[in-house]
Amino acid sequence: MSQQDQKDHQGQQQPEPLPVHTTTIQKVRIMMKEELETTNRPDNTAFTQQRLPAWQPMLSAGIVIPGFVLIGLAFIGIGVALFITSQNITVLEKDYTGVETTSDCYKCSNPSDKNCTCKLEFSLSTLFEGPVFFYYGLSNYFQSQRSYGASKDEYQLSGDLDYFKTPISACSPYQYDANQNPIVPCGSLANSMFNDTFKLYQIVNGTKKLVPFDGKGIAWWTDYNIKYRNPSVTPLKNAFNGTVKPSFWSKPAYELDTSDPSNNGFVNQDFLVWMRRAALPDFRKLYRRITEGDYARGLPAGNYSLEIAYNYPVLSFGGRKKVVFSNVSWMGGKNQFLGIAYLVVGSLCVVMSMVMLIVYAKFKFPEDD
Amino acid sequence: MYSLERPVQGQSSCPKDRLGRKRRTVVSSLTEDEELTEILKSYCSNKVTTTKYSFLSFIPKNLFEQLHRFANIYFIFLAALNFVPVVNAFQPEISIIPILLVLAVTAVKDLWEDYRKHKSDKFINGLVCEIYSRKRQMYVDQRWQDVHVGDFVRLSCNEIIPADMLLLYSSDPHGVCYIETANLDGETNLKQRQVVRDLPRQGSELTPENFHSRIECENPNNDLSRFRGFMEYPSKARVGLHNNNLLLRSCTIRNTETVIGIVVYAGHETKAMKNNNGPRYKRSKLERRLNVDVLWSVVLLVIMCLTAAIGHGLWLRNLKDNSFLIPDTTSPALSGFYLFWTMIIVLQVLIPISLYVSIEIVKLCQIFFIQNDVDFYNEYMDSRIQCRALNITEDLGQIQYVFSDKTGTLTENKMVFRRCTIAGVEYPHEENGEKSKYIFLHNIFHQGDASMELTYIVDFFMALAICNTVVVSSPNQPRHVSRTPLKSLEDIKMLFQRFGLPRFSTLSPPHTTESPRSFTRRLFSRGKAASFTPRLDGVPGEDGDQGYEEEGDGLENSNGGEGPPSEPGADELIYEAESPDEAALVHAARAYRCTLQGRSLERLLVELPGMGSLAVRLLHILPFDSTRKRMSVVVRHPLTNQVVVYTKGADSVIMDLAESPKGAEQSDGRQGHIREQTQKHLDNYAREGLRTLCIAKKVQTSTEYEIWLKRHAFAETSIENREELLLESAQRLETNLTLLGATGIEDRLQEEVPETIEALQRAGVKVWVLTGDKQETAINIACACKLLRTTDQLLTSSSSCLVSLQEACKALLLELRAEVERGEAAEGTSGFTLVVDGRTLDFALQEDLKGDFLELSRRCRAVVCCRSTPLQKSHVVQLVRDQLRVMTLAIGDGANDVSMIQVADVGIGISGQEGMQAVMSSDFAISRFKHLRKLLLVHGHWCYTRLANMILYFFYKNVMYVNLLFWYQFFCGFSGSVMTNSWVLIFFNLLFTSAPPLLYGILDKDVSADTLIKLPELYKSGQNSKAYLPSTFWLTMLDALYQSLVCFFIPYFAYAGSDADMLSFGSPINASALLIILLHQVIESRTLTWLHVLVLVGSALFYFSFTLVFSVVCVTCSPPTNPLGVDKLQMSQPLFYGVCALTTVLALLPRFLFHALRNSISPSDTLKAALMDQLNPDNYCRRMQHWNQTQAQSKARGLIINVEDLDIKIPDFILPKELKECRAATGSVLS
Repeated sequence: MSQQDQKDHQGQQQPEPLPVHTTTIQKVRIMMKEELETTNRPDNTAFTQQRLPAWQPMLSAGIVIPGFVLIGLAFIGIGVALFITSQNITVLEKDYTGVETTSDCYKCSNPSDKNCTCKLEFSLSTLFEGPVFFYYGLSNYFQSQRSYGASKDEYQLSGDLDYFKTPISACSPYQYDANQNPIVPCGSLANSMFNDTFKLYQIVNGTKKLVPFDGKGIAWWTDYNIKYRNPSVTPLKNAFNGTVKPSFWSKPAYELDTSDPSNNGFVNQDFLVWMRRAALPDFRKLYRRITEGDYARGLPAGNYSLEIAYNYPVLSFGGRKKVVFSNVSWMGGKNQFLGIAYLVVGSLCVVMSMVMLIVYAKFKFPEDD
Repeated sequence: MYSLERPVQGQSSCPKDRLGRKRRTVVSSLTEDEELTEILKSYCSNKVTTTKYSFLSFIPKNLFEQLHRFANIYFIFLAALNFVPVVNAFQPEISIIPILLVLAVTAVKDLWEDYRKHKSDKFINGLVCEIYSRKRQMYVDQRWQDVHVGDFVRLSCNEIIPADMLLLYSSDPHGVCYIETANLDGETNLKQRQVVRDLPRQGSELTPENFHSRIECENPNNDLSRFRGFMEYPSKARVGLHNNNLLLRSCTIRNTETVIGIVVYAGHETKAMKNNNGPRYKRSKLERRLNVDVLWSVVLLVIMCLTAAIGHGLWLRNLKDNSFLIPDTTSPALSGFYLFWTMIIVLQVLIPISLYVSIEIVKLCQIFFIQNDVDFYNEYMDSRIQCRALNITEDLGQIQYVFSDKTGTLTENKMVFRRCTIAGVEYPHEENGEKSKYIFLHNIFHQGDASMELTYIVDFFMALAICNTVVVSSPNQPRHVSRTPLKSLEDIKMLFQRFGLPRFSTLSPPHTTESPRSFTRRLFSRGKAASFTPRLDGVPGEDGDQGYEEEGDGLENSNGGEGPPSEPGADELIYEAESPDEAALVHAARAYRCTLQGRSLERLLVELPGMGSLAVRLLHILPFDSTRKRMSVVVRHPLTNQVVVYTKGADSVIMDLAESPKGAEQSDGRQGHIREQTQKHLDNYAREGLRTLCIAKKVQTSTEYEIWLKRHAFAETSIENREELLLESAQRLETNLTLLGATGIEDRLQEEVPETIEALQRAGVKVWVLTGDKQETAINIACACKLLRTTDQLLTSSSSCLVSLQEACKALLLELRAEVERGEAAEGTSGFTLVVDGRTLDFALQEDLKGDFLELSRRCRAVVCCRSTPLQKSHVVQLVRDQLRVMTLAIGDGANDVSMIQVADVGIGISGQEGMQAVMSSDFAISRFKHLRKLLLVHGHWCYTRLANMILYFFYKNVMYVNLLFWYQFFCGFSGSVMTNSWVLIFFNLLFTSAPPLLYGILDKDVSADTLIKLPELYKSGQNSKAYLPSTFWLTMLDALYQSLVCFFIPYFAYAGSDADMLSFGSPINASALLIILLHQVIESRTLTWLHVLVLVGSALFYFSFTLVFSVVCVTCSPPTNPLGVDKLQMSQPLFYGVCALTTVLALLPRFLFHALRNSISPSDTLKAALMDQLNPDNYCRRMQHWNQTQAQSKARGLIINVEDLDIKIPDFILPKELKECRAATGSVLS
């Protein structure tokens, strides 16, 4: 047979589009009519074909060792900085619950004794660097308790007069008093407000010199300016018509600070500080700052006397009260833990990198040989 | 339900004891009798609904179904609990959000799925058929859904039967009609159905008005092969009804112009629908595992809540004076009880709320990717993969058993005649070969054997043409074209035009160079000549050969150089064959101008080259049966007028029977030579995976025939032992055959089938082939697709009595174990393959044997079940699925695979040759078998690992986060306080940390697609559920616990004794928890694309900006955790960042270390493969080879260990004799 013939045959063999299975195809068409408008071929893109360029984080010793060393060193650095910072902070804590009979406040620990005052005396050998923050502290006090925390009326505290008449039910049982008068501010959180007051004197040559306290700006800016609002009624007292003060309070909310209208009512700084619930059962709350006059640089060495109006009973639930003088750093108050933790974790990383090095030397990836 | 409850009047003679009440009465729907009309009305109508919901029932029903999900009930319960004032933890509306989201997303998905089903139902119900209308006295078009029991339906050729009906009239003069049951059982050959016997003839067509008979038949059942009942004529005469009279729904009428039937079963009561079990609700294996772990989470939750409740009670009791805090008087025990429920609300996140939604979303996206895979696109059909089930993608990655149909799934379902050997000379037929040569027989003529050779060839093709049961359709009764084994007439024409039989040069003597003329050409040219000078039928052609030669010589010149002439008229013949092989043979014969033109009961019309049409008297057909493995036709030869027996059958049988004909001494040597050569060729064919058949003939002297005829007649008429006598009679005739030659037919495998099966087996998937085909064919194909290797040992079981099978099973099992002990079953050197036939399967599936059967098959590398029915297929799948507790996948293309597809954990339909039934019931529909490889190895692997990792991550995330809240309980008097704003708390899972794991579940890619395909072993990690073992779960839980401890107590110590308020304390905890959770994912991710970076960074930014904005704008909202100012203030303080950094690093350190160490010391296979992906192509190839070597080695090692583990003392067992014989018999087929 000639080449030509063969070619012809090859030519003939080229299969034309086969006109077969027409019925099958029609069936298929019926089934998939909506999809078959155009060609059905899927798009050949990197995304649909799952071929997106990708980085594969392969955690092998080779990558991990330098990483660990770097992290370790960085952490040790931070740890040292934190530790030194923390070391430089001075803290003075004094318990004044009056459990011990030797304590001057022992006499006040009897809850029946009203308007009791006691003294707490201490001396500083060196300058207590300022600005000094003066805190009161409570222990075993669960401000984080759920129903306690929920027992307040945010709307009432934002100055909504409707809620003066009818406080929300979450305030119950401090919602209405026995005569069905609404309590403002309602709820156990407000009711249990801390009401000890303090006066600090420096004993200079036998005379008591009052250390001026700065009570401004101890509460959060947002609480003072946004969240808590007095009703826009003047005088403020009128807004409270028909309401009663919380039962534990000695004076109504509009008389918390009669001297300064901007520190009165719901925007009283002490009230605001109290209303911000502490996270943990042992906490302290800022009472005052010492920033003025002779004490702007801090508390000079010398003897001091703290006069305490002892009103707040804590012994009934096994709590403790204390006062805390402290100065602060960029990292907040004194806390050794964070610095040490950073140092430990940092060294741990470095040790791990050593371990990894050994492992790496011993078990290389099979393909490395 | 529809059984006739009342006794039938006037039917005292009715054999109640036989039929009992289990029957139904059907009469013509035209009846006037109201009582009977009532009965008819009580039967099911033909409307079919497979949808789950209706328009009205959707919301209640869907809600009801969703509530079956444990998690959903849980969340609804929680939401409700929040409305109880005593225990509420958050604002009620907050806790509704998650559950609403979950329900809505799922409902939309369900709605969409159901809508698709509804559309398909509507299409089927809306099909039209002709029903006799009483009013209009004629047949009118009605929709399928309006067909009722008792209606008369008239169908034409090629119409689909709308309901099960009794055949009352056929246009065929013999009262038969042909149906094709492909839609029902996948069988493509025609089945004959008969008009009810003794039906009074009523002229040309049946008149429904005159039909007053009543039909009593059994109640609807799913047995396709049985139908019992009787018809009572008005004359009270009765006629039994058989399956033979029943036309089944969804079959197709063929070759018959018109039929009329009366509907007996309609709609859901039809046998087709009864066989359609409906889709099983498939729950993925992973989801089942997941639910177990959800339960564990619940246990954990209860423990935590109990701890808190008891703690709260004790705390309250120890609190001497609570007037400051909670001045209520609830007793500590009651408060503790209330608190338990409060804690459940607070810690609800422990049960992964967004997990179920996330899984649904991830699966949808995975399906998007599967559907968009370009590799699954079939250009010819313009189709891509269809994913019909949306919730089992990850099951694709855990398949342990694959059950495959054979025809149409592994093969193209297109039989192609490939080779033949005639009288010891081989003629390959290259269908698409470039060298389409013609046979050169010139040399033979020169050797002087020409006439002998030619006789052989003509006889051979004659046998091909007539030794079969092929029905020839005339062109005016066209039939479904695609059913013919070759694609179309055009195709056939083209094919056979190029048909050539080049001699194998190795076997034939060297060609002489002069006048190379093809024998075919001669034949063709003679054929042409014949059409010019037609001869009369039955002209004796003793000298025909001589005449051919002369004529051929004369006409050669006129045809020289042209292609073989075609005869347009002949092309219009259509062959209906019982098996595609027969069709292929007939077509092959026709290509050589030996055309079967017609068949009736007594005569065959054959056109022979050069002689035109000859009528061949058909004396007998001895049909095929599996014991004889052959069939024969006895004809009176039109040329010689001798009685000739043509036999066609399995090579093993025919070769034994082919003795040298007596009295032909001089050709003795020649016969021996032919046999020898033919055997050689047959061995070659089998090696190539061709289906082989031997053709032989025998010339009977009239006396011999007379004697045989008498005994045969006796056999036919005897009542007792008829079958045996007939068999004996056939065997008596089929002796001393003259071997003519053999054929090699290829059911072409689909492309890449052997590769796919090999890959699946390497992946640890057991492949079973379940086929309705006969054993030899099944084995052949199994060989061709490398399911069986040449080194494999074949175990066939085809015993017929129960006891012997039990013994056989046990014997084989023991023998297998012994083999394994000998360590010979090492991969690649030898393996066992079990071949079971349908009847044996029936026994094997019985209760007391199935254990043995499973044990045996489990130890075999592959199992082939042949001659199995659709129901058996599904039983086998069910047995393996339930007893071995493995993940099964069934793949098939025909309606006969439907039940198997539905039973398997994953059902895959192949769209293509056999209609859409398999596709409609499948979970995934692909167009080629080869797609299975990528679907399982790549997408399955990915889907599984992705989902498993994502689920683990979700558990981790929730446990880690919820424990933070739990630790805080120790510092708030176990009161259920949280240190975080409640919106942030709920959104933490729902918004801030849900997108990254979603992306992780959608896009994470541990190994590239190429590598996964090249290293199928990687699939095993999914099979063994490596990514999500109980141990992994608990390890993850431990890690979560550790991380939460770090995440809580580092801030705790950092803030201890300070003036920090609750939310300020919670802020760094929350922020570092977020960072830990996100970075944890970075550590766990195998790939990070820009999308990951975007989402991770986006999530972190979203969190920080959300809390910041929230802390600025939320003045009085969400008491008691009003966040005003908190985060703004916190994020301006260095301490916050100091705490976050330390916490994050310390929390992630162990996992980081664990990964680094594991990756260095003992990297997993997946990791090694992933490392390979990063190599350059050269190294990649090198590594790949290295891998394959080590894999093989380790496998060998592993096997030896297994053998030691077995350690079962088994005495030397000697196989029963019959088993050995079995093996010997099938061994020849294999080798």
